[in-house]
Amino acid sequence: MAGEFGALPFIYGTLVSSALALVIAVPLGLGVAIFLSELAPGWLRVPVGFLVELLAAVPSVVFGLWGIFVLAPWVRTSLTPLLTGTLGFLPLFQGPPLGIGMLTAGLILAIMVVPFIVAVSTEVMRAVPTMQREAALALGATRWETTRSAVLPYARSGIMGAIFLALARALGETMAVTMVIGNVRQIKASLLAPAYTIPAVIANEFAEATADLHVAALIYAGAALLLVTVLVNIAARLLVGRVARAVAIGE
Amino acid sequence: MNLAYYRRSWTSRAMAALTMLCTGVVLTPLFLVLAFLMRTGLSALNLEFFTALPGPAGEPGGGMANAMAGTVILLALAAALGIPLGVLGGVFLAEYPNTELAHLTRFTADVLNGTPSIIMGLFAYILVVLPLRHFSALAGGVALGVILIPTVVRTTEEIVRLVPQSVREASLALGIPQWKTTLRVLIPTAAAGIVTGIMVGLARIAGETAPLLFTAFGNRFWNWDPLKPIAALPLQIFAYAISPFDDWHRQAWAGALVLVTLVLLVNITARYAARRQVKLR
Repeated sequence: MAGEFGALPFIYGTLVSSALALVIAVPLGLGVAIFLSELAPGWLRVPVGFLVELLAAVPSVVFGLWGIFVLAPWVRTSLTPLLTGTLGFLPLFQGPPLGIGMLTAGLILAIMVVPFIVAVSTEVMRAVPTMQREAALALGATRWETTRSAVLPYARSGIMGAIFLALARALGETMAVTMVIGNVRQIKASLLAPAYTIPAVIANEFAEATADLHVAALIYAGAALLLVTVLVNIAARLLVGRVARAVAIGE
Repeated sequence: MNLAYYRRSWTSRAMAALTMLCTGVVLTPLFLVLAFLMRTGLSALNLEFFTALPGPAGEPGGGMANAMAGTVILLALAAALGIPLGVLGGVFLAEYPNTELAHLTRFTADVLNGTPSIIMGLFAYILVVLPLRHFSALAGGVALGVILIPTVVRTTEEIVRLVPQSVREASLALGIPQWKTTLRVLIPTAAAGIVTGIMVGLARIAGETAPLLFTAFGNRFWNWDPLKPIAALPLQIFAYAISPFDDWHRQAWAGALVLVTLVLLVNITARYAARRQVKLR
């Protein structure tokens, strides 16, 4: 803290926690989207979709509170022993069970971004013309084969857009991550170790930063974050827009 | 019926079951969060919680009355900034949908909507806190207001678009100028939907914490002056959650319960209202 400010641990923590969140949230979110758009009966579709929306409406500080007092203890006492016991030979899952750390942050981020993946993916899949499905079914394809060969390829770029949108959310999510990631500036191979992210360091240090250079360094980190999230968002909009146009031309 | 057919049909069923499992896994945290909020939060809710100031550090008792009042004031400031800009922007997008400026506005609103809320805090800090040289409710209101704008723009656009073209034409045919048609015919016709959108937007920013950390800053006492630091419910929840005191943890759960109840009620009401409007058409 003698007038030197490096951002590497924060950049690393932001990228890894977001990647971890996507690894968990993308398969789950796609599963829910396929269920909602292709399989669920009408009476189930609306309430389930609404519940997923409610998940997005829960404030992040509440997820953080739940993360500190429920999720982190669970990770410490149940998940970490399981992971070190079975996959402990990997450097990813070594170290003492702290509860707080990269893994817990990734889990809570996954919970928070999954509604965005579900909402956008469901929307683009519903936009796929019914004729596509009927053609596949008429050729003797099963429900799953229809989804895989007629719906998913058509919606692919929109689903990519949904993932980008979720990525932007994960990169910038502040409170819940700050509360469970441990806030230690270090780069450790293990997902069980505490880490730090750019939004978290801004949240923790900004109000107390007195040195001009300190304030400037934090705002610089914020500007970098803004640039990245804007680019990711633009990519997401372009990808989702492509599906909308393809559907408009196809019909 | 050959073996290949059975394999394919069972694959299909297995995948269907898998997507149902995914749905269950995704919804589980929502129920877990709500269950823990009810279990821990309800026991800490009492009259004192709603009427008292926070107690001294480490001593049991005290409440979050000033934080709730602070959140209301912050929402009012944010609404003063976000609602006029948002509604007018949304009406513009709906009435001139294919102009160059409309495309740009829509795109910007969407990107703004995806921008991290802590960045809005930095923005308000640079815009308001730096010139004034101290934290203030006004800065917090600006941060929340900027977050509110894109939500209001997009919901207003969607609703105003639903107003039948014949209504506009009828008004114009009576010789009423375009600006008056917009203000006196379009906006009142779409008012119920616009208000619903605003309520959902307000519910979202009511729970925002990150942009308030270094703008509104928090305050342990009552404050009615927009140029002084002010408490907010989410800030108080955060401060209490990371404190080492058991009683403050209980109060954090209680605060979270109040916040989530508010947010969910608004969302459910909006959903119900929206469905009724769709049915009316």
